[in-house]
Amino acid sequence: MGITFRKETFRDDFTFKNSPEHIRRFPFPFHEDAYMYAVNIEPHVVGPKGSVLENLIDVDEHYVAEMQDRALVLAEDPLRCQSLPHMTLAGWDLLELLMEQQALGYPEHFTLTRDGDRWRWINRPLGIDDTFTFGDTSTLPYGPMEYITRQSQGDFCILDQRDGNLWMDAGMVTTQADWSLDFDIGMNFFEWHAPVPLAHEKGIFVRALKFLTNIQQGKPARRLNWTMTINPRLDTSPENYHKWGPDRATVTPENVGDKVHLRVELQSFWRLPRSNGIVFPIRCYLIKMDELVTQPKWARRLHRVIRDLPDELANYKGLTRYRPALVEWLSKLDDGSATSPGFGPD
Amino acid sequence: MSTGTTKLDVVVSDVVPVNDLVTRFHFRRRDGELLPTFSGGAHVVVEMRDGERTRLNPYSLMGSPLDTREYTISVRRDDVGRGGSLFMHRNVRPGLEMVVSYPVNLFSLDRRARKHLMLAGGIGITPFMAQTAQLAAEGGNFELHYTCRTASLGTYADVLRERYDRRVRLYHDDLDERIELDRLLSTQPLGTHLYVCGPAGMINWVRDRAASLGWPAETVHFEHFAAPQPGLPFDVTLAVSGKTIRVDEQQSLLEAIEAAGVDPPYLCRGGVCGQCETNVVSYDGKFIHNDHWLSEEDHRSGCKIMPCVSRFEGRSLVLER
Ligand code: HEM
Ligand code: FES
Repeated sequence: MGITFRKETFRDDFTFKNSPEHIRRFPFPFHEDAYMYAVNIEPHVVGPKGSVLENLIDVDEHYVAEMQDRALVLAEDPLRCQSLPHMTLAGWDLLELLMEQQALGYPEHFTLTRDGDRWRWINRPLGIDDTFTFGDTSTLPYGPMEYITRQSQGDFCILDQRDGNLWMDAGMVTTQADWSLDFDIGMNFFEWHAPVPLAHEKGIFVRALKFLTNIQQGKPARRLNWTMTINPRLDTSPENYHKWGPDRATVTPENVGDKVHLRVELQSFWRLPRSNGIVFPIRCYLIKMDELVTQPKWARRLHRVIRDLPDELANYKGLTRYRPALVEWLSKLDDGSATSPGFGPD
Repeated sequence: MSTGTTKLDVVVSDVVPVNDLVTRFHFRRRDGELLPTFSGGAHVVVEMRDGERTRLNPYSLMGSPLDTREYTISVRRDDVGRGGSLFMHRNVRPGLEMVVSYPVNLFSLDRRARKHLMLAGGIGITPFMAQTAQLAAEGGNFELHYTCRTASLGTYADVLRERYDRRVRLYHDDLDERIELDRLLSTQPLGTHLYVCGPAGMINWVRDRAASLGWPAETVHFEHFAAPQPGLPFDVTLAVSGKTIRVDEQQSLLEAIEAAGVDPPYLCRGGVCGQCETNVVSYDGKFIHNDHWLSEEDHRSGCKIMPCVSRFEGRSLVLER
C-alpha cells in the first residue's frame, strides 16, 4: 500500500509533524538515564518491522517534503553539494547503493532496472523516470552523487580513504546540526572532529577511525547521535545561523512542547565497492516535545538525561540557553519511577 | 561487535596452470548471481578445508573489477610454506565448492594521482592485474615495471605486454636485468604515486630509495602480506575464555584461537589491518613479531601481539582473549 507522504514545511510556517505511527518508531537515542560520548558503533543490520531499521536506508512520510526543502537550500547555496574531482567514481558507487536499497525496501515507490550499463530509475513520489548509462556522467542531469542525494533523505558525506585516514572529499549536506561541508571539505577525520569536546581525550576518535578504515563491503555499521533544535528546521547550518540562532531565545515555559525538538541522527557507514571509499549517511529525525512525551518512558528519561548532561556537551550542542526551561517543563512529567532498559517505548 | 569477514559461497569454475609455479583459479557464485563489485588491489580470504583443519589465506583478485561474473586469483606454489598454496595446487579442482570472503582492499589506488607508477616482483603482479584493468578502462595514466626470475616464470608478462604494450617494462633476473630504480624515481612527473608489491626485500628497497629521494610517504603504497611464518609449537592461555591451547607448527596463533571455539576479530589475516590486536597479560619467553601494524615500541613492550602472523617461543604466554 505504501507510504502516505505528508505535505509540510521545515521553515517559515513549520507545518512539519509526525503521525502517531511515526512517533512510535522514532529512534529514541538513550538506552539509559544518562548520556556520555562512547564508541557506540554496531553492525547496521535490519531491525524489527515498523522501526526505522526495517530497511537499511529508511524512507518515511517526510520524504517528499524533505526533498523539496533540500532543493530550496541548494537553490540558495550550491556549495552545500561538493565533490572533489577524484570522487566521481565514489558518487557512482553511492548512486548504486541508494537506488538498490530504496528499490529493495519500497518497491511500490522506486524501481531500478538494469540492462548492463543501461539503467532505468523510476521514483514515483518525485515523478522521476530516467534512463541513463551507469558510469557516464553526461547521461544524468547532475553528477551521480548530486542526482541521487536529491532523491534520498538525510545528508551524505563521502570519505576517501588514504594514509590510514578518512578525508571528507565529497558530500551533500543540507540538514546539518551546525557544521559546514564548505568548511570541512578536504579535511581528515581528526580535523573535522576537532570542535567536539571530551571525546578526543577519551580516545574515542582514534578507536573509531581504526574501526571505520576497516569497514568491509557488505558489512555496514551504524551509530546514533543527537542534539536539539528549536522549531522543526532541517537546515541548521552555520551559513544560515542568522536565521535560526535567534530562535533559541524564543523558548518560554509555555511553548517548550511545541518549539523544542529532539533531533536524532541515524548515522551509518558503508564501504563503497569501486572506489574503496566510505559513505556516511546522516539521517535526521525530528520530534517535538509534545509528541515525544506521549511515551511516558521517554519523557522521564529525557528529563534525567538533559538535567544531568555535562555542561561541555550542553554548550557544544547549543542547549545552554533554554536548558532550564526545558528541564523545568520535563520535570513535571517525571514522577521519579524507574525506566525500563533499552530504547523503545514501554 | 563482530568484525569477521562476510562470506561468499562459490564454486571453482576453472583451474588453469599458468607456468611451473603458478596456477590460476576461477570462482563463481553457487547461486549463479553476480559477485560483489570490487576495486583494483582488493583481496579475498580463501577458506581451505583440509581434513580437520581450515586454512585461511589471502589472495589478490586479479580479474577486471568491471567483470563480476567470476573472481580469479593466482597462487604460487610454495613448497616450504604452511601448505595453503600446496593445498590449492593439489586439491582444488573445477566443481569444488569453496567459501571466500567479501573483497577487502588494503592496497587501494590513490585516485588523486596524476600518474600511477607500479613496481611488481614475482607473484606480486596479481593486484596490478586488476588495477591496470581498472585504470585502462577509465583512461588512467599508469606505467608498470615488472621483475621476474626468468621469462618462463614471468606470470602474465605476455598478457600485460599485449594489453598495454610500452606501458609495461619487464626485467629478468637470469638476464641480469635490473630496474634502474633511482633514475626511475627521480624522473617522474609531479603528482605521481608509487605502488609496490613483491617480496619483502624488494618492498623495503623501493620504500627506502623513495624516502631518500624525497618522495612523501603518502605517495608510496605497498602491499605486503607477511605470509604467516611456520615455527615451533607453543602453548597459550586465553585468560578471558579460560582455555589453554596449543599452537602447532603449521598453524597461526589466530587459527589456533579460532579452533578452540573463540571468535576473535580479524580482517586481513596478514598483519596489516590491526583488527586482531591482542593484549598480552603475562609472558615468559620471546615474541616473534611478524606484523606491520604495531609500532617498534609496542613490539619491545611485550604488551601486544597480532595473532594472525606473530608467534612466541618460551615457557608461558597468557593473552587477553
Ligand atoms: C566518517 C564518518 C564520520 C563523519 C563524516 C563525521 C562527521 C562529523 C561532523 C561533521 C561533526 C560535527 C563537528 C563540528 O562540530 O563541526 C561530528 C561530530 C561528532 N562526531 Fe562524527 N563523524 C563520523 C564518524 C564518527 C564516529 C564513528 C564517531 C564515534 C564513535 C563520531 C563521533 C562524533 C561525536 C561524539 C560528535 C559530536 C556530536 C554531538 O555532540 O552532537 N563520529 N562528526
Ligand atoms: S587480522 Fe589484520 S592484523 Fe591480524
